Amino acid sequence: MSVPQTLAAPLLSVRGLRKSFGKSVVLTDLDLDVPEHTCTVLIGASGSGKSTLLRCLNLLEVVDDGVVELDGQDIADPRVDANAIRSKVGIVFQAFNLFPHLSVLDNVMLAPRRVHRVRRQQAESDAVAMLERVGLSDKARARPDELSGGQQQRVAIARALVNRPRLMLFDEVTSALDPELVGEVLTLIRELKSDGMTMVVATHEMGFAREVADQVCFLDGGRVLEQGPPAQIFGAPQEPRTRQFLARIVAAGRL
Amino acid sequence: MTATQWQPSELQRTRDAYRRSRARRSWLIALLSSAVFVGALVLSVGTSPGWPRVRESFFDLSLGWQDLPGLLRALWINVQIMLITEVFVLVFAAIIAVVRTLQGPVFFPLRFVAAAYVDIFRGLPLLLVLYLVGLGLPALRLHGAPDSPFVLGVIALTLTYTAYVAEVFRAGIESVHPSQRAAARSLGLTHGQTMRHVVFPQAVRRVLPPLLNDFVSLQKDTSLVSVLGIIDIVLTAENYQSQDFKFVHYVMAGLIFVVMTVPLTRLTDWVARRQGWQGSGGGVV
Ligand SMILES: Nc1ncnc2c1ncn2[C@@H]1O[C@H](COP(=O)(O)OP(=O)(O)O)[C@@H](O)[C@H]1O
Ligand SMILES: [Mg+2]
Repeated sequence: MSVPQTLAAPLLSVRGLRKSFGKSVVLTDLDLDVPEHTCTVLIGASGSGKSTLLRCLNLLEVVDDGVVELDGQDIADPRVDANAIRSKVGIVFQAFNLFPHLSVLDNVMLAPRRVHRVRRQQAESDAVAMLERVGLSDKARARPDELSGGQQQRVAIARALVNRPRLMLFDEVTSALDPELVGEVLTLIRELKSDGMTMVVATHEMGFAREVADQVCFLDGGRVLEQGPPAQIFGAPQEPRTRQFLARIVAAGRL
Repeated sequence: MTATQWQPSELQRTRDAYRRSRARRSWLIALLSSAVFVGALVLSVGTSPGWPRVRESFFDLSLGWQDLPGLLRALWINVQIMLITEVFVLVFAAIIAVVRTLQGPVFFPLRFVAAAYVDIFRGLPLLLVLYLVGLGLPALRLHGAPDSPFVLGVIALTLTYTAYVAEVFRAGIESVHPSQRAAARSLGLTHGQTMRHVVFPQAVRRVLPPLLNDFVSLQKDTSLVSVLGIIDIVLTAENYQSQDFKFVHYVMAGLIFVVMTVPLTRLTDWVARRQGWQGSGGGVV
């Protein structure tokens, strides 16, 4: 997957993105291109703005400035229908954020039923198929708090996928999981990638990043300081800040 | 990072202008629809055949204005009743709520009594409770039983409102996640300590808006103690009314109640807003 990405038109194209909270400027003048059917991995220190960037891409934050083009449409424009955009972009959070008062099946069916107005029968069979896809069809009737963390996260992924998003965002989806549960979630993301899903993944799992990424972006100072194929970023980083960050990761035994 | 040097781009300025124009439009629509509504109301009431008579009886405000000192003096009774009742209600409601959440068969009688009390006094109309306590209790001629209408009024209000507020507290207690209880007990805290230091503080914070709501309601219901012959603001207005048969005295008393509840209502809103998920993770949705 290295040759075609320069040729493919980017599905997502960010130019000059700026986002601040009060006086603290989190993202500034950030550029990013995500070609279709590729996986972009965001790395960077805690607090470098990975989550904020992903939330901006899903319009969960109002940007201060810049262009976010999805499929050629500027979604940062206040005139766009934010709900329609959000249903084209799936996001999975670190803390799962399943709805605790709904069964697993109802969690997955909620958006198809209420947003896309799919008939109950259709929505249910779609949801069951999606749960099968993530290996949890036997848990359809369970409540979220009856599942393990890894299972909950797989439900969250199913809940996002059932909308058939054009773009999937993953925000440190394994950080809240026990080590032995990390694998099942990462395997699922790997499978999504081989299905051709376009993804932006924020992660601290460097081994996974190296394996799954088509491009790796190092966030620092509110910008993408350095980006390139994983071999280059992990093997021969150019920027001193990138080297520092990777050295710290190595020292922590996570590379 | 230089926040001060950043200037929005041309594109962003057009976006901001668009958002401002949308906001202006919303304001305009709100203004217009309010004007239309008020206009229609004034027109339909003002042209109704009985309006001149109603105005003379209910809205002769120059006459009502003269009531103000007397009404305000009588209001002090209502305020006293309210404050004293609130203190009792808070204490008793907390006790009943905690009793209702006690586990284990040993506490069954206690739980049963608490549940029965809540069921009965939430269902009984306040006016009935006032008659039962205010007229029935003294009629028993028990030795040492209170016979001051003021005390009896406070007892009746406390009985009714404790039942409401106990349920509010109980809902709050049950909304605290069991993991909080587990964490507290794992540290060696007893059930009581867990309630006192971990569960109850979180519960109270959560139910503050509905709690204040009940207190606004109590504030108004203090006017019902006039049926026991306490010369409160409502009975005072009634006395004025019996002299000139004008209803403006009731209107004045009503206005005073509204003015008095506004601060508490605003406080409720403010607390509710502060409780809401804002800032971290709240965002634009
Ligand atoms: N809602 C918010 N209000 C104020 N500051 C925020 C908010 N969300 C994030 N931040 C700040 O933005 C910075 C970037 O946070 P985040 O995007 O979560 O970083 P990362 O995901 O890379 O760890 C942090 O300094 C954080 O404190
Ligand atoms: Mg984050």
